[in-house]
Amino acid sequence: MSETLAAQPVENAGRQAPSPASGKAITTLSEHIVEVISDSGEGAQVCGQSLGAIAARMGNGVWTLEIIPAEIEPPARSTEGASGSRIRLGSGRMTNCGDQADLVVAFNEQVLLARLRAGEFKPGCIVLLESLWRTHPDKEIAASYLQTHARLAAAGFRVYEVPMERECRSLVADARRGANMFALGMLCGLYSLDLRLAREQVARAFGSKDAGVVAANVALLEAGHGWAEAQLDFKFRIPALRSLEPQIVVNGNTALALGVLASGMEICAMYPITPATSASHYLSNVFEKVGGVVHQAEDEIAACSFAIGASYAGKCAVTITSGPGFSLKQEAIGLAVMGEIPLVVVNVQRGGPSTGQPTKAEQGDLLAAMFGSHGDAPKVVMAASGIEDCFYSIITARKIAETFNMVVVVLSDANLATSQQPFPRPKFSEAWMAPPADQSAVPEGARPYDWNALTGLARRFVPGQPEGMHTLTGLAHDRRSRVAYDPEINEEGIHSRSLKLAALQKTLKTPPVFGDPEGELLVAGWGSTQGAIEEAVGRLRAEGCKVSSVHLRFLQPLPPGIKELMQRFKAVITIEGNWCDRREDEIIDEGNRRYSALAMLLRSRYLVDVDCWSEVRGQPIKPGTICRVIREALERNREAARR
Amino acid sequence: MTITAPECLLRLYEEHPDLEDYQGGAPRWCAGCGDNAILAAVQRLCRDEALRPEKTAFISGIGCSSRFPHYMKTYGFHGIHGRALPVAEGVRMARPDLHVFVSTGDGDCCSIGAGHWIHAVRYNMNMTVFLHDNHVYGLTKKQASPTSPRGLRTNTTPRGAYLEALNPLTVTLGVQNASFVAQAVDWIPEILYSIVSAAFHHKGFSFVRILQRCPKFLPDLFDPWLHDPQKVLVLTHDNGLQLSPGLAKVHKNRREHDPADLDRAREIASGADPIPVGILYRNPGVPCYEDLRRSGKLRTGAFVRAGLEAELDKFTIWPQGHA
Ligand SMILES: Cc1ncc(C[n+]2csc(CCOP(=O)(O)OP(=O)(O)O)c2C)c(N)n1
Ligand code: SF4
Repeated sequence: MSETLAAQPVENAGRQAPSPASGKAITTLSEHIVEVISDSGEGAQVCGQSLGAIAARMGNGVWTLEIIPAEIEPPARSTEGASGSRIRLGSGRMTNCGDQADLVVAFNEQVLLARLRAGEFKPGCIVLLESLWRTHPDKEIAASYLQTHARLAAAGFRVYEVPMERECRSLVADARRGANMFALGMLCGLYSLDLRLAREQVARAFGSKDAGVVAANVALLEAGHGWAEAQLDFKFRIPALRSLEPQIVVNGNTALALGVLASGMEICAMYPITPATSASHYLSNVFEKVGGVVHQAEDEIAACSFAIGASYAGKCAVTITSGPGFSLKQEAIGLAVMGEIPLVVVNVQRGGPSTGQPTKAEQGDLLAAMFGSHGDAPKVVMAASGIEDCFYSIITARKIAETFNMVVVVLSDANLATSQQPFPRPKFSEAWMAPPADQSAVPEGARPYDWNALTGLARRFVPGQPEGMHTLTGLAHDRRSRVAYDPEINEEGIHSRSLKLAALQKTLKTPPVFGDPEGELLVAGWGSTQGAIEEAVGRLRAEGCKVSSVHLRFLQPLPPGIKELMQRFKAVITIEGNWCDRREDEIIDEGNRRYSALAMLLRSRYLVDVDCWSEVRGQPIKPGTICRVIREALERNREAARR
Repeated sequence: MTITAPECLLRLYEEHPDLEDYQGGAPRWCAGCGDNAILAAVQRLCRDEALRPEKTAFISGIGCSSRFPHYMKTYGFHGIHGRALPVAEGVRMARPDLHVFVSTGDGDCCSIGAGHWIHAVRYNMNMTVFLHDNHVYGLTKKQASPTSPRGLRTNTTPRGAYLEALNPLTVTLGVQNASFVAQAVDWIPEILYSIVSAAFHHKGFSFVRILQRCPKFLPDLFDPWLHDPQKVLVLTHDNGLQLSPGLAKVHKNRREHDPADLDRAREIASGADPIPVGILYRNPGVPCYEDLRRSGKLRTGAFVRAGLEAELDKFTIWPQGHA
């Protein structure tokens, strides 16, 4: 710990709550990163999300990230129990959680230490620390508090002690429970947010409770606001670029679930698993209202099979899971590929392998999504690149699944799952909806697998269609769906199923390049990293670096034009949240280096020398880290050119 | 519109299906395989009930017995090993208008798919399930199955199966929401047909275990029962199975059993010799999962849209100044 602390330059000594500040100057900022952290169950997440929502309503750009402890009931006042949220507020659009926090509200010093050790705070970061512990009857606790306080101050953090609980005592019976709203009020004051909007937000957050609860929380909010106005000697303002459009604020999992609603699918089969489950929680609550069903199956194999059964019977279904569950579904996915049954499989990736890091972000399942089933099992793999994209990906996936009679895997991850960002409210389109199951008679002579020689596509026969009777089988089969072991027939089936990917590829567009279409370095990414990569590339371009980026939503098939796009750059590097071997390791050389998933795909498909950089720290990759990586890559490439 | 009597007869004749209307590809089971008898009974049922072939779906897993759907001229789904039941559940949930049948082997159902089996009983979705129990793995060439009798020599138990056999009847009857449990044997076609028919008419998860001969790998396993009708205990009741006078003459070992009596059913189910044959348990009062889950609302685009917009409203931030 001491190294971390020592690394922070001394700027300002910590201080007790200062005397009332009147007419204090307001500092204008273009953005700020705030963290609210507590023991789990103390409501820091509600506080953070409410802050984000209020700022968004004022027209600010917002990204909120949940800080989640790995255990359900971690011990109180423990570093592993740190729970809460990070809220990045800005004038413009915020596309990721940023680098280090500028201001933190901590409910005890232990949870603060957890984040500090993880390097999450800027040097000189403002710390608003619950002061209750200073006078705690347990001598050890008080000593720990005092020690931490002193070290933080010595390390240059601007520490303000805030008697949150004491201030709440006069307002609510359980002051411990009220501190989060007090903190919200304080933050609203500090960031000059509209108190009227804040009251409305509190009313929304507690809307399902009775009026007394709302009133008590509004009182806490106002108390926090008043306290900050009176006691703190600083205040900020982040000018908002007002949006004229209505926006929705949801996390990636809710966006996925809304996408399921909007896609017209009516059956979702799942088995609980972190971090995917909250999508199904939300869906379970709302799906029935529109005649849908969330089936909690006995395991993931059953969930996938159930969805396949429903799809086979004419209602394209979705199954939502995370890593371990995705592994279990693989055999059934292969069946859907073989039978050409449309199916949407969502994998909200977490850390792996095995149980790995259930609540942490990782992008480790791309190759499993592409190649997970045995045999040649071509399926479509998409990755949501942001929260808004979680919504639209599902709609697109359902459409592709039914048009091509294919399995479409949609990858999200733990970062998107719990992060929130406002995006324009989707405008409903009739075209999103799944058509009703075809029940018309099948024309005479038509066969269930009349593969088109060009595209591999065949019209599917759905139960209920007169004259379409056949037995779908996972065995190799001919055009009539008869089991066949003929060499030609087996090849014809595999050939046709493969062609469908090519047919889909022909309909895809080359993704846009962020930055100039040529230069020294192209950064390629996929999934949740888009915001961070583009922010980093933007920063470096502003410094004059000739770097651009491209982000892939379709990983299988890869869209056209990628090779040409890459060739306009001197070098290409992928940035990914999965493992690649480190060049620095003595034993690693070109002959044995394992590349990151996307790098491997690009190298093998296009014979282009794509480098990669990755990190598997369970955290979203930060723009600052990416800047460093890009700088190093540019330097390495220049050096290589000189040699 | 009225039609004349001869016309009506003609229509009846034309519309009434024949067995051929349900016969798919020629069965490829070994000669004498008990699966043939099950197929014959089921095709007869389809004909007698005049099921519309396009509205009927046979779902199976993997195994000799799971080839069943290929031999029907209905919709069929020959899936993966052990997963017939969850696939059938998905079909049923999506399409309550279809008749859903499942064929599964003792390995398929009681081993690799055992978890699904337990839960399928509990879901009690309306489908008719045939457990083709030949006490051995047929397709993979004679390995022990969970229902292999102790001591049975197979390729994986060359010195005899080590464990007592699992009893699919007691297991099923032990699960909450069991609503129809019956047992038949492939070698008494009339009783097999009656039970298949009763299973079809029960609304809920109708589980029929059928003792099925595998002459290829266990040619004389069932011989003692085959040759001695006394070793078959026929369960009869006004609300259950009734024997024709002909059969009654052969099967004198009978017992009155009320299918409503769960305790008795469990007691009977635990007996293996004589083999109980008949309807062990039936409870039409158990709700079906699909009925609990489906609202029956018509999902028009406008309806879904209204639901989506209402949800979006909850998360919408209107620009300031918006009412
Ligand atoms: C996942 C998987 N494991 C194993 C197999 C191999 N396999 C096919 S059928 C079967 C057992 C068949 O026995 P049973 O279910 O009793 O059916 P029967 O052939 O006797 O009718 C096995 C083990 C498979 N197809 N899939
Ligand atoms: S191996 Fe046995 S179960 Fe399989 S078809 Fe032949 S007789 Fe029937």
